This record gives sequence, C-alpha cells and structure tokens, in this order.
Amino acid sequence: MSTNNGNGTAATGGPIGKSVKRVEDKRFTMGHGKFTDDIVLPGQTYAAFVRSQYAHAKILSVDTSAAKAMPGVVAIYTGADVAAVNGVPCGWQVNFKNGNAMKEPKHPLLVADKTRHVGDAIAIVIAESIEEAFDAAQTVNVEYEELPCVVDAFKATQPGAPLVHDDVPNNICYDWALGNPIEEVNAAMSSAAHVTTLEFINQRLVPNAIEPRCYNSSYDAINDKYTLYTSTQNPHVIRLLMCAFVLGIPEHKVRVISYDVGGGFGSKIFHYTEEALLTWCTKQLGRPVKWTAERKESFVLDAHGRDHITKAEMGFDSGGKIVALRVKTYANLGAYLSTFGSCVPTYLHGTLMQGLYTTPKINIDVTAVFTHTTAVDAYRGAGRPEATYLLERLMDLAAHEMKIDPAELRFRNFIPPFDGVNQPGYQTQVALQYDSGNYHAALEKGLEMLGYEDFRKAQKESANNGKLLGVGFSTYIEACGIAPSAVVGSLGARAGLFEFGQIRVQPTGKVTVYTGAHSHGQGHETTFAQVVADKLGISMDDVEIVHGDTEKIGFGMGTYGSRSIAVGGTAIVKSIEKVIEKGKKIAAHLLEASADDIDFANGNFTVKGTDKSIAFGNVALTAYVPHNYPKDLEPGLDFSSFYDPANFTYPFGCHIAVVEVDKETGKVALKRFIAVDDFGNIINPMIVEGQVHGGVAQGVGQALFEGAEYNEHGQLVNASYMDYCMPRADDFPIFETATQVTPCPHNPLGVKGAGEAGAIGSTPAVVNAVIDALWSGGHEVKDIRMPLTSERVWRAMQN
Amino acid sequence: MSIKITVTVNGVKHTDKVEPRLLLVHYLRDVLRLTGTHVGCDTSGCGACTILVNGKATKSCTMLAVQADKAKVTTIEGIASNGELHPLQEGFNQCHGLQCGFCTPGIIMTACDLLKNNKKPSEEEIRVALEGNFCRCTGYENIVKSIQYAADKMSAPKARKTKKEATV
Amino acid sequence: MIPAAFDYQKPKTVDEAIAALSGSNSKILAGGHSLLPAMKLRLSQPSKLVDINGISALKGIKEEDGEIVIGAASTHADIAGDRIIKSKLAFFSEGALLIGDVQVRNHGTIGGSLAHADPASDWPALVLAADGAIEVQGKNGKRRIKATDFFTGLFSTALQENEIIIAVRVPVPPEGTKATYQKLSHPASRFAIVGCAVVRFADGKTNIAFTGVADHAFRASNTETAVSGKAINEDVIATATNTAVQGVIFLSDHHASAEYRKHLTKVYLKKALQVIT
Ligand SMILES: Cc1cc2nc3c(=O)[nH]c(=O)nc-3n(C[C@H](O)[C@H](O)[C@H](O)COP(=O)(O)OP(=O)(O)OC[C@H]3O[C@@H](n4cnc5c(N)ncnc54)[C@H](O)[C@@H]3O)c2cc1C
Ligand code: FES
Ligand code: FES
Repeated sequence: MSTNNGNGTAATGGPIGKSVKRVEDKRFTMGHGKFTDDIVLPGQTYAAFVRSQYAHAKILSVDTSAAKAMPGVVAIYTGADVAAVNGVPCGWQVNFKNGNAMKEPKHPLLVADKTRHVGDAIAIVIAESIEEAFDAAQTVNVEYEELPCVVDAFKATQPGAPLVHDDVPNNICYDWALGNPIEEVNAAMSSAAHVTTLEFINQRLVPNAIEPRCYNSSYDAINDKYTLYTSTQNPHVIRLLMCAFVLGIPEHKVRVISYDVGGGFGSKIFHYTEEALLTWCTKQLGRPVKWTAERKESFVLDAHGRDHITKAEMGFDSGGKIVALRVKTYANLGAYLSTFGSCVPTYLHGTLMQGLYTTPKINIDVTAVFTHTTAVDAYRGAGRPEATYLLERLMDLAAHEMKIDPAELRFRNFIPPFDGVNQPGYQTQVALQYDSGNYHAALEKGLEMLGYEDFRKAQKESANNGKLLGVGFSTYIEACGIAPSAVVGSLGARAGLFEFGQIRVQPTGKVTVYTGAHSHGQGHETTFAQVVADKLGISMDDVEIVHGDTEKIGFGMGTYGSRSIAVGGTAIVKSIEKVIEKGKKIAAHLLEASADDIDFANGNFTVKGTDKSIAFGNVALTAYVPHNYPKDLEPGLDFSSFYDPANFTYPFGCHIAVVEVDKETGKVALKRFIAVDDFGNIINPMIVEGQVHGGVAQGVGQALFEGAEYNEHGQLVNASYMDYCMPRADDFPIFETATQVTPCPHNPLGVKGAGEAGAIGSTPAVVNAVIDALWSGGHEVKDIRMPLTSERVWRAMQN
Repeated sequence: MSIKITVTVNGVKHTDKVEPRLLLVHYLRDVLRLTGTHVGCDTSGCGACTILVNGKATKSCTMLAVQADKAKVTTIEGIASNGELHPLQEGFNQCHGLQCGFCTPGIIMTACDLLKNNKKPSEEEIRVALEGNFCRCTGYENIVKSIQYAADKMSAPKARKTKKEATV
Repeated sequence: MIPAAFDYQKPKTVDEAIAALSGSNSKILAGGHSLLPAMKLRLSQPSKLVDINGISALKGIKEEDGEIVIGAASTHADIAGDRIIKSKLAFFSEGALLIGDVQVRNHGTIGGSLAHADPASDWPALVLAADGAIEVQGKNGKRRIKATDFFTGLFSTALQENEIIIAVRVPVPPEGTKATYQKLSHPASRFAIVGCAVVRFADGKTNIAFTGVADHAFRASNTETAVSGKAINEDVIATATNTAVQGVIFLSDHHASAEYRKHLTKVYLKKALQVIT
C-alpha cells in the first residue's frame, strides 16, 4: 500500500498525485510496441560478429577469404579496416591523486592487435540475411596466441600481473580519494572505543534488460544523411558521442531514433562500439545494416555493474556514535573504459559515504583497475548501492558486535530532520549537500510495519523448528539528478547534465510535449502528461509526449540516475510557465485587462476579482490566428526550456527484510520485504510503487541469486539464463511499501526521483537478515559473499 | 531445402515455403511481421517468445516453423476481439503489470494457458506458472495482480457473453 | 540464435524414422527442448532432423500386461496430467511437474530426456527407481534395456546408433507401494542439483535413485540394502545417508561444489525416506 501525502503539488486537484493508468500500455499489451528489432528497412542487411573466445590473446591473423565467398555475404570488415577510426570515448575524466589525468586507452570498434576480454570484436560480417551472416561468420578463421589474463581487480594491480593495455602500468586507470585528510581520519579511528571492520566483495552483476541491444543504421547518400535506430536510454548523447568523438561526421546529418526500449537499468546509457561501427559500415555500403545482440553476446558485452573489493572500517565512541569511517576500494573497470565507468566508483560512490549519519571524519580511497573482463559501468543505482551496502552492512555488524539494537544504533547516528528551507541543507564530509531529509521518521515507520517486538519473539521460537528467522535493516540515501552542469564539469564530466523540455500548444489547444528524457519502462508518457495536464488545467487526452528522436526533440540528456522527473519534468514545467505567461498577455488583450491582473487556474485565464475569463483553448487559437492580438507579441504558443538543477536530489528511506534460512540446506526464503521510501512529492504513486518493486527485485537478486562468475581463464562461466540466476516470480513475497514525503526544496515539483532506490536500499537489508538469522542460530559470521547461494549459507553454518 | 507449411495464426491461414532451420518465432516476426512476440535469449529461458500452439504455452524460439505446419497459433496480436481488449490486456493496464513491455506479450500468453486450466489461480499458483518467464522491470507482484484481475473478470457472470475471447 | 542449415523429415512410422536416420549426422527431433537450444548456439550441427512428432505409435500412455507403457514422445505435461499415471504412478506426475517450466513441460518429452541423459535431468531418477525399462527400436528390431543398464555416463546411454526410444515401460506398482521424488532445483536452469527418487514396496523392499549429483543418474544399491525390509527410523536413515555418499564421484560446478552435493544427497535422501514412512 502506498500513501502519498501529496505535499505542495497535489493542491490543484488535477492529475498530479493520482495513480493514473498508463497511456502507453495499450500498444505493449496488444503486441504493437515498436522496439528496434521490429524495424526492417528497405535493402536491409544483417550483421554478425566474429568475437574473441579468449580473454587475452594476440591476434596472429584473420582470414576472411572463405567467409567472403559464402552465399549472401555483402562485406566483412576487420580491425585493420577501422584502424584509422577513433574508439568510443569515456564521458567522465577522473584524475589521479597526483593530478594526472586517468589512463584512457583506446576502445576500438574492432580490435586488430589483441583481444582484451571474451567477446572482443574481431570482425563484422554483413550479409543479405541473418542466417547467411551467421554462417559466414563461422567460417572466418582467426589465429590467436593466448596470453595470461587477470580478472580480479586487486590481483591486477600486483607486480607481474598481465597487462590489459601495455601503456597502463599495474593496470591502474586512476587512484582517487575523497573526504577528510587521511591523518585526521586515522586519528579519529584510533581514538574510537570500538572499530568494526568488514572486508567484502560487492560482486559483479549482469544487467540483463530482457530486450537485447539492437541497432539499425542507414545512410542516404543523396542527402548525405544517416539514421540510426538504437535501443538506447539517451539518443542525443549517443549522437553527440558518435559524431563528435568517434566518426567525425556532422551532427546535423545524423538522426538517432530510440522508440520503445525493453529495459535499460543503465546498460543502455553507454555508447557501444556497435552503434558507431554499424553507422560507419552503412556509409561504406550504402545499405542499412542491422545487428541484434544474441543473449550470449549481451552477457559479455553489455557493461556490467558493481565489482568492488572493499575494506571498510567504522569507529564508534563508547556511546555508539560513529567517529570515523575509512574505506579502501579496488574497483574493477573491465578491459575498457565504458562511457561513465570512471565516475561510478568515485563521484557516485565515494560521495555517498556519509549515508544518513553524522560521521565527522570520512576518507575513501579508490583504485580503479583494468582487467580482462567485460567493461563495468552504471547498473541500477550505480555506485550508490555499493556505498549503501558498505554502510548498512557495517551498521548491522557493529550493532551486533557492540550489543546494541541495530535500529537503536541508527537512531543514535541519524542526521536530525531538515527541510532545506527553514533549516539549511546538510553539508557532508564527502562533497555533497543533502537537500532535505527526515530519516528518523522513515525508520520508525518501517519498524511499525514490521512489528519489531513481535518479530524478535517469533525469531526465538522458530529456531526450534529447523528454520532460522532473521531481520535485516538498511537505511539508505541516494543522490539523483546529478547536477548542476558547472559542478559536475569541474569534477570531470565531459557533458552537461541539464534537460530539455518543449511545450508546443497546437492551435486547438492540444499540447505536444517534447522531452529529452527517454522512457524505457518508466511511464513518461503518463507521468509527464499528468504534469502538463495538471499545470495547464486540460485533459490528459489532450497531451502527447514525444521522446526518443533527435530530429523531433531539440536536445536531451536522456534517462538514468532517476533524473527524469526531477530534471526532465522540471524542464517541462519551466516551459509551461512560459506558455502561461504568454497566454496571460493574449488573454489580457482579449479581456481588455492588464496581464498582471490575469490569473491562470483550471484551464482558464481570468481577470482577478471578476468573472471575466477565457479558456486556454481560445487563447491557443488566438495565438495562431492572431487577428485580434497584442501588438509586439509574436504569434504562436510554443516554448522550450533547458533546466540545469541547482543541486542533486536526495531520496532516502528504510528497507527491512525478513528471511527464513533452512538449517539443513542453507536455502534462503525471503518472507517479508518492507520499504518505506521518501521520494519527495510523487506525481503517480502507482508508477512509483512499480519502480520500487522492480528495484527491490534487482536488489534482492544481487543479495541472493545473481553474480557474474569468471574463471581463471577469463571466461564468464555463467553467461546464459541456464546458469546466471535471475529472480523469478516465485522468489518474492508481496512487498510491503509505504512512502513519506519530504519535498525537494530546489525544484518546482518538489520531486526527488524513484528509479533506483529499490535496488540501492534492498541488498544490504537482505544480507543483514540472513546473517541475523545465522546469529540467532548461534553461528558467529561476519560476512557471506554475495550472492548468498544455499551452499554459501550452508558453509557459513558449518562453523 | 525449403518446405511448404500452412499455419493458422490468429485465425488466419498462412502458407509459406520456409527453410527447416527457421525458428517459429522468426517466422512470426520476420515472415508474417507479427512483431509482438519477442526474443530475449538463446537458451529457451526467458519466455519473451511465448505463444500458444494448439492452445498450449510454447516458447516459439524452441520450435521450428516446419513443426508448426497445420497448427493453430495464437500470438499477442490475436487475443483482443473486435477491438475489445482481452481481460488480461485490461488487467495488465489496470494493475500496472508492465513497465518496458518487452516481456509482456510472453507473460500474457503464458497466463492465457494458465487461466484456461485454472480459472481461479491462487497467488502462489500464478507465481509458479510464471517460472518460465522473466520480467526484469516489475518485480512480478503487479503481474500477479494483473492475472488475478483477469481471472476475476473472466469468471464473473458478465464475461460469459464474451466467451470467445475468454477461451483463446 | 540461428542454427546451421539442415534437412528435415517428418516420418509417420518408426520404421520410416529409422530409415530416415541412416546417413551420417542425422538426429531425432522430439520436444526439441534440449536439441534446439544446442543447435541455436551451434554446439550441435546435425545435417538432418527426423521429427518423430508425427508418429502416432510413440504417443499415448496405456496399461498393458502389468506394465504402464509411456510412449516416448509423451510430453512431461502429458504424463503429469495423465489419468493412469496419476492413479498408479503418482510420483511420476509429481516429478514431471518439477521439470523446467510450463512451456518446457508442454513440449519436452520423456524419450528425449532419457536419450539426452543430462546428468541433472529428472526422468532418469524416476524411471530407475520405478524399475523401469526403455524399449528401443533400431534396424535390427526392438529391444528392451533395463533402466539400470541404460545410463552409462555423462550424456551417454546404451542406445546404439540410429536406435529410437519408443516407450518407457514401468511395472504397475503393487498395492501398498509408496513413492516420492525430492528435488532441489538449480535456481537458474531448474534442473536438479540433487534429485532423489524412492519407491518402497509393501514388503519393505526399497528402490533408491539419484540424479544431479554424479555424471549420470544411478541406483544406490548399497543404500537400498541398508533400508530394504527395515522399519525406517532415525538409525536406519543415518546408516542410509552415510552409505549413499560412499563411492560416488560428485559433480562440482560454480553453483554447488562436490562437498555440498554430497551433503545434499544425504539431506534429500532423508527427506524422501521421511515422506514414504
Ligand atoms: C529452460 C529449460 C528448463 C529445463 N528444465 C529441466 C528440468 O528441470 N529437468 C529436466 O529433466 N529437464 C529439463 N529441461 C530439459 C527438457 O526436459 C528437455 O525437453 C528434455 O531433456 C529433452 O527432451 P526433448 O523431447 O525436448 O528432446 P529433444 O531436444 O528433441 O532431443 C534431445 C536429444 O535426444 C534425442 N532423442 C529425442 N527423442 C528421442 C527418442 N525417442 N529416441 C532416441 N533419441 C531421442 C535427440 O536426437 C537429441 O539428441 C529443461 C529444458 C529447458 C529448455
Ligand atoms: S526467446 Fe527466451 S525463451 Fe524464447
Ligand atoms: S516489463 Fe520490462 S521486462 Fe517485464
């Protein structure tokens, strides 16, 4: 059940704050979604790749002669053909502690010299049919000399480790630190009455959007124009990166279209080599080229998430107050820098080390490392789940060690409530300033939903019947809507992080909205229409949301980091404000009043204190048929805005998991999951709750089921759905969710964003619960490596 | 080698010559251009390609088009009747049973099979019936509710007159 | 995702099928739920598929001469839902429902499963515990292979080239027989990490078979001796579980090590023995 107190924005009685059913559902439930793989262009050709079976090998020769003679083959290109083309870029520069720029080895479209991870592309085979492309690809003969490889981030930094890139010593991309000077933190730590230490691995995850990546690129030679259909979360960003950094083609000659996208979770943010390569190929051939990833390719190509090796220490005074936090992390970047790979373990992770607590001294030190594995980048939560896992595992463990109740320990350390208006934002030790928060309340609500005292009684009883019950807590904070551009720019971002929104009022008063955000499941066509209908006092049926096409939408940064409503929604609101302001001038003219005397409410412009009014639709018509019209005012009613937020937004909440562990097999069953989240104001509670469910499922997936397993040869041994454990319907109980509202003080909607919270808060709650269950059975364990498979839990019970 | 097949898809008879290696899912998507049925994997694990073959939930990526010769196939495009949504299609909208919508056709078709054999499935029965389908977006709970919604609607007396849609 | 090209034939009789199989590198296509995924990944590239789904003699389940005869092309769902099976061999029905998912059960067949002999598949344990036999037909006619002689190693069986499984024959269990199948499913594939089938006859004779734990399914004969004829109590269970893990070379993979499978073998045997007492 969700409750939305609807503070502030729900006042109009319009659609904001209501669980409006999604307008996009009809096409999907009828089988008429438009996914990239559904598109076939005239003259279509199909691509298949020859990919490295080795994690690290020298390419001695590539023989395509037999393949070229195969039926239907149109062209084959190898690394040599694209040697002069740039590689795909990284979008964020992180500097070494000494100020040097990070190492940025080329990520070529096709490799020519050596392969650096399983799946590295050696050749592209283009044929008349997909069957012929596969048949021919199979006959390309590659001679390799296998080289030793390294998959573990820490081992890769050790002397003598095989190098991924010859010019990157010790495989270190950068080292980086944030927070208070380490001497101060060390001093605080040595004065602590108790220090809790945890060494753990936040394992590598495969994002697994159910729609495999797909691209279809075409070139119109007469007009020198390219069109790339792509399953991306941010078409404008792809166009920019591909045109300006990789192919050097003029941006205005390239149209990037991303219609319906079957889930992203971060993995479809990045500019992948195949997008640029297909676009390069279509120009060579003058025919459209299409490629759809096979799942086995998705497993080894789509950027993975997490993969940190961490040692964390938290010092407490005798009253259980945190006095210091010291963290050392080795972050695995994979073989190449993915688009945002560099900023995830740093600016999206190190900056979250304050958590919800008043910790006075914090230092985090990160070493980012290349290995012979798939690139690692943002996956739902990106850095923030790792930070939350670290803090929340430490909190439950520290509570256990100090014999303090884990909820009580949190209450003692929470930052007191602040609304960001009457009380200032909270300045952390790690560069951020939180906007507004009320952390106590979320935990109190969670404990009430749990029935904490009753639970502890039940826990004692269950220990006698072959099952161990456990509860785990996680009180998280995250940072969404990364901004403002000037600040992130100073931290190394190579792009702005604003958003674009355009309101085009048609002559009949119908509204077309162009947004630079992109929906791949988030329901923008509904949520954004709610905002527009509410603010303009019109029916949602009269609003159409357009996204995902660079030719239609002025610009856009896309959707990731839970930014769409906070940044994209606000850009739309800014344009609505401009529409209303101009509308007032037109209405004033028609009503023979001064614009300052016009009020706009419920779709009507009214002269203050009178019943003289005119409907929005009539004003719109007048704007396009400006016969009786203010002098010096342009016709038309069409505004766009770029919105660059003043700060991040900081959703937070409390997640509680209850698990049952089978004493004999170690099998874990998730019995209850409670989520109390604060996303600020909520536009559509139904959609927000859906985001929480999905996020929680992925977070629980990390805790109990999922994990990429590399063997010592650099093979991803569980690269299929027969091996990689994805959560299913029968792995979950009914989720118990609630929301509280602490509005964001710095955007007009008061919203904070909801896309990632579920994946951020849930993982440590579940792991803490399993460990609590084991403690209740008398097993003194500190950590169990995720995912908590039945074997690992069983082993933990053997001592 | 190519072989002539006749397949009745959503009530329409199609006759085509196909290569034996053509998977049924590709026949539907590429030959008939019914693109509502999706491909999410290569190991028969995700269920995105689920359709009904002679009324039974089938992963169309794990069947050859030639095997469907003379069969009756129902895809997501074929369950609404006369512009009226199937109760499952309505349920998924009412209960927010989809986000990106990529898994949705397969899940709805699996649910069609379930509801044919079990008019009033419990929450647990629904969860078990979805063993062969992944959804990465929703956390499944709203899918379960959507199917319950449809079950209720289909067993309500009012739904009897639209018997045809309830029996696909 | 795209198999290599092949020829396709769909015979109407077993004899035609046998004839169609001659010639190298032909394979039978039954439910296709092991074969087609392997072909899509090009791990298997037969030059011809002989589809046996048009052979009516391979379909259907009947009782004949004290045996239940299950046509090789019967799907897992056919078996799970069959009236005879439900009344006389209920643990086959329960076991069938633990295979894969609905879609897999609608197409995968018992014959295909036995022929494929995946070390983690369920039918082998069930058929072994039920004293079943596999009836096969080849160029030289029909023969019967006892289940205990059928599974010879990892993905290998006593089937000879171009022999077709035509049926599985299981003696009708006498009154008073109790049977169960206990399985821990692999969370990704749904195959068995361990599967333990136990059949206990009224006279106390007990058959015990395992799948998932070693390179092929097997009957645990020493364990059967430890249990047969004895009242099942804690001591007998303890002896049985200790016996069961002796001499077995346990499989090991990233999801379950040999040591853990050994432990699970004991746990699932105990569960099964507790169910049938
Ligand atoms: C997602 C998924 C989950 C699964 N989960 C499980 C599970 O939990 N437990 C389990 O036991 N299985 C499981 N399976 C396997 C499934 O049961 C297969 O259907 C079965 O193993 C093979 O049967 P089939 O009829 O599909 O055979 P096919 O794939 O058609 O054939 C398999 C092999 O057997 C040969 N063959 C087939 N029929 C005959 C015959 N009559 N005579 C001689 N040779 C023959 C074929 O030539 C081929 O080599 C799963 C499969 C999938 C895709
Ligand atoms: S496409 Fe995944 S099961 Fe068919
Ligand atoms: S709605 Fe996206 S995978 Fe199910």
